[in-house]
Order: sequence, then structure tokens, then C-alpha cells
Amino acid sequence: MPKPIQSIERASAILRLLSGRTRRLSLAEVAGELGLPKGTVYGIMRTLLSVGFVEQDPESGKYRIGAALLHLGSSYLDGNELRTRALNWADWLAARTNESVRLGTLHDGHVLLVHHVFRPDNSPQVLEVGSLLPMHATAMGKVLLAYHPYLTEELGNGSLQRFTSCTITDPKLLAIELEQVQEQGWAASLEELIDGETSLAAPIRDRQGVAVGAIAISGPTERLCDDAQPRNELVSYVREGARTISRDLGAVPW
Amino acid sequence: MEYVAAIDQGTSSSRCLVFDLQGRIVSLSQKEHEQIFPRPGWVEHDPREILRNVIEVVHGALDTGGLTVRDLVAVGIANQRETTVVWDPRTGEPVHNAIVWQDTRTDALCRKLGAEHGQDRFRDRCGLPLATYFSGPKVSWLLDSAPGLRRRAEEGELLFGTMDSWLVWNLTGRHVTDVTNASRTMLMNLETLDWDDTLLDAIGVPRAMLPAIQPSSQIYGEAGGSLGGVPIAAALGDQQAALFGQTCFSAGEAKCTYGTGSFLLLNTGNRPVLSGHGLITTVGSKIGEAPATYALEGSIAVTGALVQWFRDKVGLIGSASEVETLARTVDDNGGIYFVPAFSGLFAPHWRGDARGVIAGLTGYVTKGHLARAVLEATAWQTREVVDAMNADSGIAMTSLKADGGMTANNLLMQFLADVLGVPVVRPNVAETVSLGAAYAAGLAVGFWPDVESLRANWHKAAEWVPKMDQAERDRGYRKWKKAVQRTLDWVDDDD
Ligand SMILES: Nc1ncnc2c1ncn2[C@@H]1O[C@H](COP(=O)(O)OP(=O)(O)O)[C@@H](O)[C@H]1O
Ligand SMILES: [Mg+2]
Repeated sequence: MPKPIQSIERASAILRLLSGRTRRLSLAEVAGELGLPKGTVYGIMRTLLSVGFVEQDPESGKYRIGAALLHLGSSYLDGNELRTRALNWADWLAARTNESVRLGTLHDGHVLLVHHVFRPDNSPQVLEVGSLLPMHATAMGKVLLAYHPYLTEELGNGSLQRFTSCTITDPKLLAIELEQVQEQGWAASLEELIDGETSLAAPIRDRQGVAVGAIAISGPTERLCDDAQPRNELVSYVREGARTISRDLGAVPW
Repeated sequence: MEYVAAIDQGTSSSRCLVFDLQGRIVSLSQKEHEQIFPRPGWVEHDPREILRNVIEVVHGALDTGGLTVRDLVAVGIANQRETTVVWDPRTGEPVHNAIVWQDTRTDALCRKLGAEHGQDRFRDRCGLPLATYFSGPKVSWLLDSAPGLRRRAEEGELLFGTMDSWLVWNLTGRHVTDVTNASRTMLMNLETLDWDDTLLDAIGVPRAMLPAIQPSSQIYGEAGGSLGGVPIAAALGDQQAALFGQTCFSAGEAKCTYGTGSFLLLNTGNRPVLSGHGLITTVGSKIGEAPATYALEGSIAVTGALVQWFRDKVGLIGSASEVETLARTVDDNGGIYFVPAFSGLFAPHWRGDARGVIAGLTGYVTKGHLARAVLEATAWQTREVVDAMNADSGIAMTSLKADGGMTANNLLMQFLADVLGVPVVRPNVAETVSLGAAYAAGLAVGFWPDVESLRANWHKAAEWVPKMDQAERDRGYRKWKKAVQRTLDWVDDDD
């Protein structure tokens, strides 16, 4: 085997470091963590910037992973495709849980609703496809944030918008919860957007494991929770639905 | 736990879905098969490939659900209709590829059959106009396609069947068809529900090769091979299965299924009703010994198939769903109307001489407008068959029950509600074809006690309400009708 190319190894190390962090890093921090001279890191960083694999904050001058890299390899999946592929399993989830189901993707710092299945009780309901929801106050948003750490920065350091008395408005508290979401593989919004309403969500991943969307059930807290805790059975259904859709996404497109 | 499985042997793919007692999907497996286009207007499938795929998806669905054949109380079959297979029962080999319902090779034959009598020559007996769509002329063409076939058919050495017969014969060894599939052949009498000698003689199909006509829901036999022992307990044409799966059990109930083509069916109760507005009359279902129910049908040949064509032949999109993304890059159709008369026009026109047209092209038009026109074509074609249905029944439809793969397209469903001027609703199981086949099979083995018990399983999953104003709707429809006029009389005798 030919000798590995040193600059590529170093570029990879930089990218790995940036992708593992939820906040931007300065040149000095990157150089320090990798034990490399600042001049070397600077040269490599310029090149990575020019191809869009990293992005630099114009004010602080700090770096993070670039959008070009995030879309690389993960065959970009739009909301219409996600809805088409998830149709049967979203129905399945609604039928199992007797609750309404929503599918969301990331859109300009919000959750864009790409699919909505009514609660299967024939009560009057209105299709919400196309509406935007806040990230920090919804279960889908938390799932997407937890699996795209660089996005948390976009929420800023200031206090987050309050919707109910339960909304998490402190970014530090949110960060702690997001770590837990990533660990457990699902998220809940316990009356954080609408009083009396709980939602439970899990990530939908594509072939590369990128979370391309989230699927959630929502309903009154008394149906979704026991003693203020999401019911295990419902969490399992949401996760199973998300897993099944993810498995299908590994297949050749329609 | 006990479950019922449904095989949906469709035009583009074969699927197997497993359902529980509440009619909820438990697992699913699907496989596409090859579309063979030997010449313009000809479409074939390989029946052996389809049989292999069907067995594969049944095992696929069982595996996905962590089930075995022993967990199934029954299997029901729903199939693409009219598609014609002729095979040699000694070898089990088809003598020709299956001739698919979209295939137009029998155009000259159909015109000859209608020469002195017109297109409605057999309508009184079988409810259908002479058109390339139906099986009878396809069988006759096939028997004349190679020397000796007709003689062998007359002597009972060859068998004919639609996909249901081909599958049931291979699974159970019995040569049968269900009454809904038989009603699509042009060979069955709608009153007697038996093969009609006048039709057989006129179209040229020997009785010796025909399957026995049976109810849609009854135990046809036990499957052999790797499906060992499970009862095959239902067969229906896919559209009739969808009518059943939407629980349209009573006269006056209707649905439209959006797949490769789209098919609006209205249950007319226990009497066949002949259409005065270009619809066809067909059998809806026959559950065991109960009297058959009939339906009026508006058949649209090309809807999802246009999206597939746009994807595979034009290449402007990479997947069917991307048509919506592309269509949303513009606000309207840019003035163009796409009439996909690829196999002529079916209901309500029945014009074999029509071919596709994109009308209204100007230099302004972009690929986004094309994508929009592709989707709008499905909605305007629905509008035509809904108008015909309203005219025939004398009652205006107040909402449309829609199902099938294209209901995943939100832009289309909204536009459909807009041009119909009534709400469009989708049930919680979009795979109503499979659900209907499962219901019919489950009823045959007593898994469900009666049809009324199934109604409780129907739930609304989505509803699109009209937002377009009347003037805009009328203007669009006027343009659409002008575009349809421009497709007519395209095919010449020497084509
Ligand atoms: N999101 C979508 N938008 C438009 N058309 C679609 C979409 N998803 C699937 N289709 C079309 O629907 C058809 C598949 O639906 P399906 O019900 O499986 O059909 P069939 O049973 O006739 O094979 C294909 O023709 C495909 O082009
Ligand atoms: Mg189908």
C-alpha cells in the first residue's frame, strides 16, 4: 500500500473534530486539540473552506462543519420523497397508537411538516402539511437538533421563545436534554408547545445514518403519559415506526 | 395471533401485506417487475417473473413481520385486471408473455368486431365497449399469433387466465377465476355471470380453455410448495378489491384508486346499471353464496404511468415523488395541458384513435410547468369520470374517497379537491387493494363475521378541501376539454 498522504490525514482529523462538537471552534482550539502547528491547520482550513466542507463565522472567526459536507453521501431527501416512502408506516403508527402522526424535516431553523395522518377516530381535523414548528419546543425539533449538533448554535445564547410554562427557554438546559435525546434515541415535548399536549418523536435516518427527518405522535398528555412520563408502549411504537421507515430508505428509490 | 395476508399483483409491482383483526397493516414487502415494450403501444409482462415475485414477497412480508405461514388463516389475491396469460397445463409454461391491459395491439381486431355494429355491439351482454383494454380480443389475437395455438386451445391443451387464474392455478392446481375478473374479459354475461356463447363465438375464444367462474370470496384451495397448507380464500380484480377495502359495501358508495392508472368505482347494488355517459358496468364482488354486487366504473388508463414516463423516459425527475418538488417550483401550469392518451383514451371517451398531446406550449413554459401539467392531468381526467358518474346516477358526489400510491402527492390531492369542488379524503390504509383482498379472504374463513363488522375499521387519515374559485375551475376545465379534442383522430389506418 502506498504511504498515506499526510495533509489528507490531517484534514480528516480536523473534520472529525469539528463534527463531534456542538459549538464552533477557533483555529487555536483546533490546533491545540490536534497538537499541530497553527500555520499548518490554517492552510488546511483555507482549502476546506474553499470547497465548502467547513464554514467560518464572520464575526467570531470560529469554524464548524459546512453544509456541503453534510449533504455529501447522504442522497438528499426532500419532504415529498419522505412522505411517499413513509406513507404506509405513518398510517401504521396512527393505527397502532390511536393518535395523530406527523413527519418533519429541517427547514431554515424550523421543523417543516411534510406529512400528517389524522387521529383515526373520524373526528374533524385539518391537514397541517406545510406548516413550520419551532425546533426547541417540539419532540421532532429536539430529535433533529440532537442529531445535528451544529444547529444548536443557531438557536443562539439568548433565551428561547416561550410558548407555555413548560417550554425550555434556557439553551444550557436544552443542551443537556439534547444529549439525553441522542443517547436514548427519542424525544418528548411535554406540554412545551401547547398546554395539555404531549408529543413523542424518533429520528428517521437514511442509508448513511443521517437523520433526514423525524416522526412523531401527539395528543393529550393524559393519553400519552403515565405520571408525567411518556408511556413506554407508545415510545416503542414511535421508535419502531421510525426504524421501519429508515430501513425502507436504505432501499433503491421508487 | 392470527393474520390474513393479501397478495396485490399490480401493474408495476407485486406486494404482500399482512393484516390483523382490526384491518391494520402488520408487515409489507414489495417487488417491481419488468415492463416489456416490444413495439410502440405494446406492453407485456413475464408471467413466470410475476409468479416468482409473488412468492418472494409473501415470504418477504412474513419475514419482516417475524411470522411464518402457520400464522396466516388465509391469503387473498387482488390483481391487475384484463392482463392475459395463456399457458400449457402439462408444462406449466406460458406460450407467450402476458399481454397487459394497457397494450393496444388488438386495435384493428376491435375495430373489425365493431365494424357494422359499432363499439357498443356487446355492451348489453357484458357491460363493456369494444376496446383494446379487455381480455377477450387479446386471447383471440394471441391464439392467432403462432400456428397451432388455436387448435390446441380448442382441444383443451391450453388454458387462459387473467393474473388471478395464473396465480391460483400455480398455487393450488385449480383452474378458476373470480367473477370480478371474468367481468373484464368481454366474454362473461353480466346477468348469468357465466361465459356467453355469443360472445365467445364472435370474439373467437374456445370455451375449452376458460377457467370456471367462482365467487370472489370462497376457499379456492390450499397452497402447495413453500406456502404449504394456507387456504387461498379470495380473488378480486384490484379495483374491485379497493372498492371492498374502502368498505363501499352499499349502493351509492364510491372510491377512486390512484396507481398506474386510476379507477373510479360506484357500487350500484345487486343490479347491473348500464351507463349513458361512457362508464362501464362491472361486477363489484360476490361474497360466497350472496348475490353479486355490481359497479359503474370510470377507467383512466394513464395517471401514475405518466409520472413514471416523466421519470424513466424524459428523465426530468429521479423518483415519482420528485414530480411534486419540481411542480412546486412554479405557481401554475404556465398555460399547458397534458393529455396522456398513450393507449388511446378510456372513460368516458373510449377513443382508441387518440394519442397524447401537450397543448398550449409557448416559449414561456419551463420544466416546472411540465411537472404541474403531468399532475393536473390526473385531476382533470378524474373530473371527467366524476361528471359522467354524476350524470349516470343523477346524484352529485359530495366527497371523493381516494387511495393508492399517488395519494402521497399532496399537491395533486389538493388540486384534485380544487377541480372537483368537493373534499377528497384518504383512509388510514392507502393500500386498499390489499385490504380488500384480505377482507374477502378473511370473510371466507370466518376471520371476520360479516361485512358490517369491517366498516368500523375505516378511518379518515387526511382530507383536502377545495380552495379554487369557481371561475378558475371552469376556465381550467374548458381548456382541458379543448386539449382532449386535440388528441382525437390521430391514429391512421396505416399506422
Ligand atoms: N409522490 C408521488 N407523486 C406522484 N406519483 C406517484 C407518487 N408516488 C407514487 N406515484 C405513482 O403511483 C404509481 C404507484 O402506485 P401504486 O398504487 O403502487 O400503483 P399500481 O398498483 O398500479 O402498481 C406509480 O405509477 C407512480 O408513478
Ligand atoms: Mg395497485
